Amino acid sequence: MIELLDIAVLSMMVVSAVAVLWLRNLFAVVMLSGAYSLLAATLYVLLDAVDVAFTEAAVGAGIATVLMLGTLTMVPRQEKETRRGSLGGLLVVAATGALLVYGTLDMPEFGDPDAPIHRHVVPRYMQDSPAEVGLPNVVTSVLASYRGYDTLGETTVIFTAAIGVMALLGWGRRRKP
Amino acid sequence: MREKPILRVGTKLLIPFILLFALYVQFHGDFGPGGGFQAGVIFAAAFILYALVFGMANARAALPAGLRRQIMALGVLLYAGVGVVGMLAGGNFLDYSVLSDTPTTGQHIGIFLVELGVGMNVFAAMATIFFVFASRDPSAKEDG
Repeated sequence: MIELLDIAVLSMMVVSAVAVLWLRNLFAVVMLSGAYSLLAATLYVLLDAVDVAFTEAAVGAGIATVLMLGTLTMVPRQEKETRRGSLGGLLVVAATGALLVYGTLDMPEFGDPDAPIHRHVVPRYMQDSPAEVGLPNVVTSVLASYRGYDTLGETTVIFTAAIGVMALLGWGRRRKP
Repeated sequence: MREKPILRVGTKLLIPFILLFALYVQFHGDFGPGGGFQAGVIFAAAFILYALVFGMANARAALPAGLRRQIMALGVLLYAGVGVVGMLAGGNFLDYSVLSDTPTTGQHIGIFLVELGVGMNVFAAMATIFFVFASRDPSAKEDG
């Protein structure tokens, strides 16, 4: 049953990705990429990664779509017609895709308990975090406590991004029309 | 947007619940999915919805630029400050176990404050990025 759902969600993702390439109306493209993010969030729920799904739905489907719409108000709605059928581009994309697929052949089976990621620090987090941190949600324990340095870095990245946007686009100052 | 009463009333009804849900996600992240990052984004989404429906001038009045910058900086300061307090209490940087008598209580306090810092920073950063983008929109300038 889960496999059927996986296949359904993945094929809808493929359809929306191809439609994004195909369409020339940028408003429809933005909406479809939002739908793509929402489908990705569904996929993460199916993979039992609820925290990741939550973030994907809020950021990928929500904020990113709004920012793209904000950008759309400054540019034309219709993509410029370009010469189609660049053979070189197709070759590069196909070669890159084949390389990426080749790379996945080495990956461990999904849910394999002997996968490297499940044998490094994860057993220690799962066994010791109830006694050491005491939170029911181990994801929060890992993010905020065990990996507190990383999360501090991520927070600083978001801070820096906002500072950069303010510096580039004029510190919220409104220009005289 | 003044000629769209359904949109305006619907937005006014929705915003308190969006804010409340964001607070739930913020403070319930220890027990279920969620945390400061998601909560900050949802909190910002409420203000973005308000700005979309009621115009940038009203949104600026509700959430002035100076306040946004202060919340943004305070969030990062709170996070790093918790780490420094841990050092002053005799532990390592970002070691919350020394914040209280028992290590798990200290961890609870530390994670609570750190997630609050993340939430404040993400909320203000997302709102700022949207506001700065939206005020370059030529149609928003007519509203103010």
